Amino acid sequence: VQALEESQLVAALRAGDEAAFMRLVELYGPSMLRLARMFVRSQAVAEEVVQEAWVGVLRGIDRFEGRSSLRAWIFRIVANTAKTRGEREGRSVPFSALAGEEDDGPAVDPDRFRGAGDLYPGGWKSFPEPWDDVPEQRLLSQETRDVVDRTIAALPDGQKAVITLRDVVGCSAEEVCNVLDLSETNQRVLLHRARSKVRGALEQYLTAA
Amino acid sequence: MSAQPITCQEIVELVTEYLEGTLAPEALAAFDAHLEVCPGCVTYVEQIRETVRLTGTLTEEQLEPGMREGLLAAFRDFKRG
Repeated sequence: VQALEESQLVAALRAGDEAAFMRLVELYGPSMLRLARMFVRSQAVAEEVVQEAWVGVLRGIDRFEGRSSLRAWIFRIVANTAKTRGEREGRSVPFSALAGEEDDGPAVDPDRFRGAGDLYPGGWKSFPEPWDDVPEQRLLSQETRDVVDRTIAALPDGQKAVITLRDVVGCSAEEVCNVLDLSETNQRVLLHRARSKVRGALEQYLTAA
Repeated sequence: MSAQPITCQEIVELVTEYLEGTLAPEALAAFDAHLEVCPGCVTYVEQIRETVRLTGTLTEEQLEPGMREGLLAAFRDFKRG
């Protein structure tokens, strides 16, 4: 959303404008659900969290100062609401704690690189096959998107939360750190692991005959 | 500036920092120098970019009508105080 539209939406929301509210619901609702889902066990609870968060947004909009984007501010409310709910469900591990513990495997299987005794240690045994020849239609097909979706769903919590906010929702690194209470480094480490795995899954899917 | 060369196996671990723009100048120079001579790693970096693009297409979804209605009702409730 452009800054201009954002400030108009804030003003309209403060004035109690229903159309502005529903515009925001359309804009951010799906992402808020995805975000809430990171903290709670079920889709139904995530929906309750989002509803509760919207009430928090309406209550707090007069105090929104524009120091972060409206989106980051709203997501922060979702995260806080969901965390409180998650704690009640006994799911309260902060993502920063996960950054160090989540599996630390390499981005690419070490078998794909030449060994220490080779003339080019650490070089590709054979180059990854480019996806240039894969038609755009196949890249954007539902099947390819399902591969991405399933891979993300199977990631450890911290990685899943970061790649969802960064690459699915389109948040900046700064917004993600703010919403999830992560340091820049932790954010980047989690993003790296997540993207590496999604690439690996896509490679396997796209280059399988 | 002649940077310490890095391997393909190191490239795949640095690619996120590369794309985030957080590599230190020397590491960035080494990364770029590697890409100059390694088509495999050029492909790899391209694939990570493509991965980000495809992941971004997952957003095109809509709220379920029931949820929309629930939120609209909550909004009207809130306005009534």
